[in-house]
Amino acid sequence: MGLLRRSTSTTDTSDAPAFGSGDERDGAAPNDAAALHHQTDEGSQLMRPSKAATDAAVREIVLTGELWPEVDPDDETMIVNMGPQHPSTHGVLRVMLELEGEVVLRLKPVIGYLHTGMEKTGEELTYVQGATNVTRMDYAASLFNETVYAMAVEQLLELELPSRAQWIRMLMHELNRMSSHLLFLATNGMDLGSTSAMIYGWREREEVLRFFEKVTGLRMNHNFFRVGGSAADLPDGWQDDALAVCDSVEYGVAEIDELLTHNPIWLERTVGIGIITSSQALALGASGPILRSTGIPWDLRKEQPYLPYDQVDFDVIYAENGDCFDRYRIKLVEILESAKIVRQCVEHMPGGDYRVQDGKVTPPPRARIDESMEALIHHFKLFTEGFKVPAGETYAAVEGPRGELGCYLVSDGTAKPARMHIRAPSFYNLQTAGAMMHGGLVADAITIISSVDPIMGDVDR
Amino acid sequence: MADEAREEMHEVENEAPAEGPARPSDDVAAAVLEAFPGSVFALSHGQAVVYVDRANLRDVVGFLLLEQQFTQVVDITGVDQSTNPGRFLGDGVAPERFEVVANCLSHWRNRRLRLIAQVPEHDPVVPSLVPLFPGVELAEREIFDLMGIRFDGHPDLTRILLPDEWVGHPLRKDDATARVPVQFKAAGKPQPKV
Repeated sequence: MGLLRRSTSTTDTSDAPAFGSGDERDGAAPNDAAALHHQTDEGSQLMRPSKAATDAAVREIVLTGELWPEVDPDDETMIVNMGPQHPSTHGVLRVMLELEGEVVLRLKPVIGYLHTGMEKTGEELTYVQGATNVTRMDYAASLFNETVYAMAVEQLLELELPSRAQWIRMLMHELNRMSSHLLFLATNGMDLGSTSAMIYGWREREEVLRFFEKVTGLRMNHNFFRVGGSAADLPDGWQDDALAVCDSVEYGVAEIDELLTHNPIWLERTVGIGIITSSQALALGASGPILRSTGIPWDLRKEQPYLPYDQVDFDVIYAENGDCFDRYRIKLVEILESAKIVRQCVEHMPGGDYRVQDGKVTPPPRARIDESMEALIHHFKLFTEGFKVPAGETYAAVEGPRGELGCYLVSDGTAKPARMHIRAPSFYNLQTAGAMMHGGLVADAITIISSVDPIMGDVDR
Repeated sequence: MADEAREEMHEVENEAPAEGPARPSDDVAAAVLEAFPGSVFALSHGQAVVYVDRANLRDVVGFLLLEQQFTQVVDITGVDQSTNPGRFLGDGVAPERFEVVANCLSHWRNRRLRLIAQVPEHDPVVPSLVPLFPGVELAEREIFDLMGIRFDGHPDLTRILLPDEWVGHPLRKDDATARVPVQFKAAGKPQPKV
């Protein structure tokens, strides 16, 4: 039986640097240490001798060639940490996996690394400022956050939006759904090693973001949908831009489709992986594409229409297997459905005002400020003090790209909400990862977390 | 059997007789009111809200899930109403500092119903919904973490968004934003140059 022995030389440890005490550096260490003794303007560069190295006169590690001791079968599971800096965790999600060999028994998400107290911040901001806060929650679908917040405030104020304002919201929603799903396709491909899919996804998403930049001034975190409508009207020539975006996205999606949908490697890694049943999905609070992948065609746009979704023609995409492939495929086809809605928006966009003309929530037009003192005061008051919202509570919900995005808003009659809670779809959907993961292999953990598509800004808020 | 006892209890508690609140326009809410006397119906901006006793919260959710084809507790959250004296409340509901708000959804009937339970400050405990509906596990932990309301029967009621050693519950109104001391104060004073 071979006996391996390695002892650390401790011949000269009185002032030898800790890094100089290895075998191969015996003898040379004191000289090196002397060389490092000189004082620099920051003091001595010599590291203090390590206490461990000096105390252990003879530190030895003995490896015997005996058999492994009998393992208690109850202890055979192993807890492995994944993240929070793992590239496939889409931010800072930490996942604890309980493994039995290669098989994952349990998955526990550990979150909070991106918690910035946005719900508390929301209580400190006026209703005018609130959109800047909520737009940073789900940063891949910021327009949905702004809308759901604005919708909740509008319900409390009992404001009815002009139809053009509603159609603008619908148009931008669908474009944002496209960009968010393209982000999913890109990262999902990247997580499974298909970097071409990532490039294709980014490329088309960039087209959508460029359109957003033209309309809202920003690529992300737009602060575009305010209470009572939007911040600005659509720019001249937006129709051509929107149609061009649709064209290029449809082209790009067709490419991703061609690249992945019939790719045997892709099918091997996604079909039958991370299966969740409809009853599990319902019980775990899932919504959006995860719920639709289990055979429940639930889409708030159809079931509880909130914008003029009842005036456009689109299909709810759903599948029945509840695996990673279905979730991928649903999102892929949903992009095409969104493009369909965008085309109808271009065709049927009504004229009129892009915001409600209610002096209570709407700032005066820029031109009026130059000629009217009252308009200037009104503008100033609106943006410093905000407007008061009658006391009450309400819940507004929209179908975000990841599921039901809700806002529970409590007003105490002042210009700031008493409580602003966002029902974050990623937060609830994350709970399904455990059910999808059970009995799967470690390698599938990446696939499954990727297909749950959590946006950590949304999870942690 | 428990229902009878509960009914009796509520009849004693409920001083306002039935003539006060109007009959709910929402049939699910009406069924809840029938099964759980003492609950109060209110219509908040067109949305059906039922104020339930906090001890009944789990039973009401169970009633919705099992007998009213409800499928999900879409969202559960807590509200600190201590700075909101003129708040919206159902008729005859005794206000308490905290509220636990559960938004329930039926996919099959396409209906929503919001349940609100009043939770007193001195004993902020609510029966956990997790044994009935596991989809609120993280959400209840979040309420516990940020609002300090405990959920009786929750399998793993620990902090979720904040570090475990955090003191206080930031969404409470008396936990002001600037009250938390700066972290890393133990890093020590800067060393003088040699």
